[in-house]
Amino acid sequence: MTTTMGLVQSPAPPMAVRTGRTRVRRVLGAIPIMIFGLYVVVGLLGPLFIDYSPVGGDLDDRLLSPGSVLSDGSTAVFGTDALGRDLFGQVIYGARTSLIIGTLVVLISGLVGILVGTAAGYRRGTTDLAASRVIDVLLAFPGILLAIVIAGVFDRSFAIVVVALSVTNWIGFARLSRSMAMTLRERDWVKSATVMGVRRRRIIARHILPFIAGPTLALATTEFAGAILAEASLSFLGLGLPSASVSWGQTIASGKEYLASAWWISAIPGIALALLVICVGFTGDRLTRYFSRKQ
Amino acid sequence: MMSGSQREESRRVSAGTLRVRDLTIVLPGPRGMADVVDGVSFDMVEGRTTGLIGESGSGKSLTAMALVGLIPDTGVVRGQVLLGDEDLLKAGRARMRQVRGAEISVVFQDPSTALNPTMTIGDQVGEILRERGLSRSQARERAADLLDHVGIPDAAARVGAYPHEFSGGMRQRAMIALALAGQPRFILADEPTTALDVTVQARILDLLGRLRDEDHLSMLLVSHDLRVMSHVADDLVVMYAGRVCERGGAKAVLNRPLHPYTDALVRSVPSVHVESAIADPLPGSPANPFDRPAGCPFHPRCPLAEDRCRTEVPALREIVPGRFSACHFAELAERTSDSGAEELR
Repeated sequence: MTTTMGLVQSPAPPMAVRTGRTRVRRVLGAIPIMIFGLYVVVGLLGPLFIDYSPVGGDLDDRLLSPGSVLSDGSTAVFGTDALGRDLFGQVIYGARTSLIIGTLVVLISGLVGILVGTAAGYRRGTTDLAASRVIDVLLAFPGILLAIVIAGVFDRSFAIVVVALSVTNWIGFARLSRSMAMTLRERDWVKSATVMGVRRRRIIARHILPFIAGPTLALATTEFAGAILAEASLSFLGLGLPSASVSWGQTIASGKEYLASAWWISAIPGIALALLVICVGFTGDRLTRYFSRKQ
Repeated sequence: MMSGSQREESRRVSAGTLRVRDLTIVLPGPRGMADVVDGVSFDMVEGRTTGLIGESGSGKSLTAMALVGLIPDTGVVRGQVLLGDEDLLKAGRARMRQVRGAEISVVFQDPSTALNPTMTIGDQVGEILRERGLSRSQARERAADLLDHVGIPDAAARVGAYPHEFSGGMRQRAMIALALAGQPRFILADEPTTALDVTVQARILDLLGRLRDEDHLSMLLVSHDLRVMSHVADDLVVMYAGRVCERGGAKAVLNRPLHPYTDALVRSVPSVHVESAIADPLPGSPANPFDRPAGCPFHPRCPLAEDRCRTEVPALREIVPGRFSACHFAELAERTSDSGAEELR
């Protein structure tokens, strides 16, 4: 009787340890996603509660360290910059800018990339040849260089930044959906739909795109992080958004002369940027793992 | 010159038959372009099952797929596939889309890969009907009828199920329902039972036979399984290395082969009742159609091979009425087989 009990019971403890470990791992894995979610909430709702104007600084409050009290009696949690503008406001408005640009770039480049990639991969032939050569040519340039050229040629504006970043970002989507469409078109259910006389557009919509969606979502997160980083780089170089808008890149650039005396001007938006990019990266990895396991 | 009514008459008759003439498929191989399928001709006669048999790599699946215009992008097709008076190999993309599903449709080998895992069975069966302008609910209703027709129990409730909820045999039934959705006259079944359990195979073959009779279909059954063929096929086309080596009525071909390859195939089939399981296995390996031996492609494995077979390609010719063979010695085999046939049986 006791032996039976022992046999029945002994497998249980290792199971408990394993589930405990996976739970810890699961909680740890959720942290980046939660931080990413926090950024989204702050970026969307923060500007509704906090007033900030890029031309509203008071020169009496310039270069105050984090936690200082301003001349109007309020507290600057993250300090102020060289023109007396509140850094906390800049970080929050900058988050909104980054999220909007990242989302727009991913949407536009994702749409274009999937369209081109799927058409090339499914139709093959000259369509594929043309698309592949364009991709090869664009790949020959470092992405940010191309964005700098485009952003540099035109006047600084929101739309130009989005276009300049999309021009390089769609390639990733195109390559992914092209390779996936190429393997999917050989699947029997695609052949079956083809010999049943189903229209090409319908086949792509119902037998190909649903399978591309998951991995594309995973790719979209990393491309999103890349776009945010690239926008900050452009703005840092003075090629990005107009100076009337708020961007982390601009704030970091404005603080680079004061690194020795007022480190917080560059450091705080820099940390905000790095943390966001890292968390989005982790989220992307998780999604990639999830979708590759599902396949 | 035919009169109008005569021509009309001949069209009506010949429309029931799909005629394949000199079908040649050229594919790029390791050593340049090769005729992987070389001058294949046969008929799919209305209401009959035509069996296309051969070892793997003999080009039988490629031949079947070419009938619906599904060949690799890099391939070239020559010859004729005649539906009535129309050559389908010359048909445009739009016309081909009309033919597919509505005139000719295909049952694939493995139903677990031929059904889209993200779509319900009903949506997939009804897809071609939606294409033709039926509403979603109409297509679903028709799909349920079709599933019922192929013997899926409780079909109305199962149109909303996904392929993974079906067993292998049920999936193949659903696949057949899908092929029937466009009300085609010709069904190409590419190894329809190979991926199934032996017990399910017989039921699927029965179903195909029943549908052929009820819906007046012509069927092309592609298989390497001689036993499947002997049960189901009315006519038989035996392929070797991309060429037809023998053609004729199934019973006659299997009982009195007029080509040494068919003979070897028949002998190599394991019989349950005979002591030695694999009676007489075929020596050597199948000829590679990319690197076909000169002369008769079967000569390296043929017990009858002579010098002539190594150089001269035997023509496919009528040996007895309705029986074609591509062997130099077919006439000889025909004359001597009267005694041999008894032995075989």
